[in-house]
Amino acid sequence: MKTNATASPLKITRNRLYTLIALGAFVVLAIVADLFFDAFTLRVFNLCAIYIVLALSLNMLNGFTGLFSLGHAGFMAVGAYVCALLTMSPQLKDMNFFLMPMVPWLRNVTIPFLPAIIIGGLAAAFVGFLIGAPVLRLRDDYLAIATLGFGEIIRVLITNAQPITNGAQGLKGLPRFSTTFTVWIAAALVTLFMVLLMRSSYGRAMKAVRDDELAAEAMGINVFKVKVTSFTVSSFLAGIGGALLGHMITTIDPKMFTFMLTFNILLIVVLGGIGSISGSVIAAVVVTILMEVLRFLDEPLNFIVFKTAAMPGLRMVVFSILLMVVVIYRQRGLMGNKEFSWDMLTGLFVRKGRKGGTNV
Amino acid sequence: MSEPTSDLMLRTDHVFMRFGGLTAVNDLNLEIRKNEIVGLIGPNGAGKTTAFNVITGMYRPSEGKVFFGSDDITGLKPHQITAKGIARTFQNIRLFKEMNVLENVLVACDMSIATGMFGATLHLPGYVKREKEARKFSMELLEKVGLKHLAFEKGTSLPYGQQRRLEIVRALATRPKMLLLDEPAAGMNPQESVELMEFIRKIRDEFDLTILLIEHHMQVVMGVCEHMYVLDYGVTIAHGDPASIQKNPKVIEAYLGVD
Repeated sequence: MKTNATASPLKITRNRLYTLIALGAFVVLAIVADLFFDAFTLRVFNLCAIYIVLALSLNMLNGFTGLFSLGHAGFMAVGAYVCALLTMSPQLKDMNFFLMPMVPWLRNVTIPFLPAIIIGGLAAAFVGFLIGAPVLRLRDDYLAIATLGFGEIIRVLITNAQPITNGAQGLKGLPRFSTTFTVWIAAALVTLFMVLLMRSSYGRAMKAVRDDELAAEAMGINVFKVKVTSFTVSSFLAGIGGALLGHMITTIDPKMFTFMLTFNILLIVVLGGIGSISGSVIAAVVVTILMEVLRFLDEPLNFIVFKTAAMPGLRMVVFSILLMVVVIYRQRGLMGNKEFSWDMLTGLFVRKGRKGGTNV
Repeated sequence: MSEPTSDLMLRTDHVFMRFGGLTAVNDLNLEIRKNEIVGLIGPNGAGKTTAFNVITGMYRPSEGKVFFGSDDITGLKPHQITAKGIARTFQNIRLFKEMNVLENVLVACDMSIATGMFGATLHLPGYVKREKEARKFSMELLEKVGLKHLAFEKGTSLPYGQQRRLEIVRALATRPKMLLLDEPAAGMNPQESVELMEFIRKIRDEFDLTILLIEHHMQVVMGVCEHMYVLDYGVTIAHGDPASIQKNPKVIEAYLGVD
């Protein structure tokens, strides 16, 4: 959303100015947040950035290449684990692996965060490639089921690879590398990457595959290659997102990466608009904040006249209803497959009645 | 027609296509010469589209070979065959529904832009140059067929006849040597059909193309085709110039008898 400047040559138009102001305001907000917000609020604020990364990576598959994948949590897990294991110090690893010692070759490796997160992303991409090459011969719901299965398989493998991953105990006390600065830089870079990619011929090829596979193939596009590339890159971004998440919460365990996590990201993508970058960004922020704001619903509610018992999970009911309403009344999500523009915003307030064909 | 065989553009050599017990294409032997307009006609279900799908690599033939020029293209993937220079349109129009007219054509240029994902994303100079050329080329194509003023309209919002035209332009943007048109006149009235046939002749001359087209209304293509193949239940029951086809008793029986 913030990086959505128009493509025309460098000219200070009014919209470009708005974008610069918005960007500047956001940077100020981020600095203020980092300095003055309490730990909880700051964490929610930064979680937004991570969900932006994750939502964009899923939207690349579901929205732009038309591949309905449900295995995202698995790739996040790969990224999170690889990155965590590379950044933890040997002493920290020993503390975690109290049931069974860790394999020595991995125990003694400790590298800085930046290379670790990139290796984590690459590992996720590699796993994505391995899974994608056979699975992407499937279509639609079959693909969804197969990816769902593989996502779970990754999680089960991690649970059982005790000497490497510490199994179900998970890893605790990861260094807190996901600072405000780090996560928002990551979010900005990923958003920029997506915007540029979708404006390029490669993004166009992805959309062609989404719109009509047969026609795309007949136009000389190597559909299978485009699908595998998209799946691999999306897995890479999911791995980055997972690594950021791990280093923010500072604890990871296999139960974190169940289908529920994929569902949360899918919720953001669908609400924001399948095939809209800005939609994903906006929805990521809104959903992440709502997830925390609505937390009171899970606790005992006091309606003055009567009190209800605590109902854990009521929060998710709200999201389910929200999703239903969106699917019924606004099938294409908040933004459809359009992108945010300042004209759209002014159009919303000024109401020029310019619907339908805008260029004659 | 007694041109030397080196003029052969497309040849199918004893092609069979079976689906379980059904033989959709039975011993098809097409011989199409350079710059010809050839009609592949036959009643519904005769196997015309299946023959197209075999030629364009959507299906791999059960038996037989397909040659393009001197190359054996049997079993190549559709995109590889497009790269060799065979482009096609579809019977039920298949435009990219979320894209505007220009983008639809640009997709067909992507093959020639041929930049990796990262070169394209980072907008490296080589990519930017090729993309610019592709845009110019696409706009010129659209201008030639009179769709330029609609370049930024959504492809699927165009009237039916123009969607058909756009599909042909899109195929042309792959810079083909040969064009396969699957029922280009479907759903058109006689007047529109005549215009379309004129258009087909025009692009043949202008782009130096060889054209193979499917049609099941024989009259529509009589005027434009130089050579015709008639299929019925997968079997080639006749081939020759339009006049002789019209007189062929087998064709009349299979096809025109009731008309």
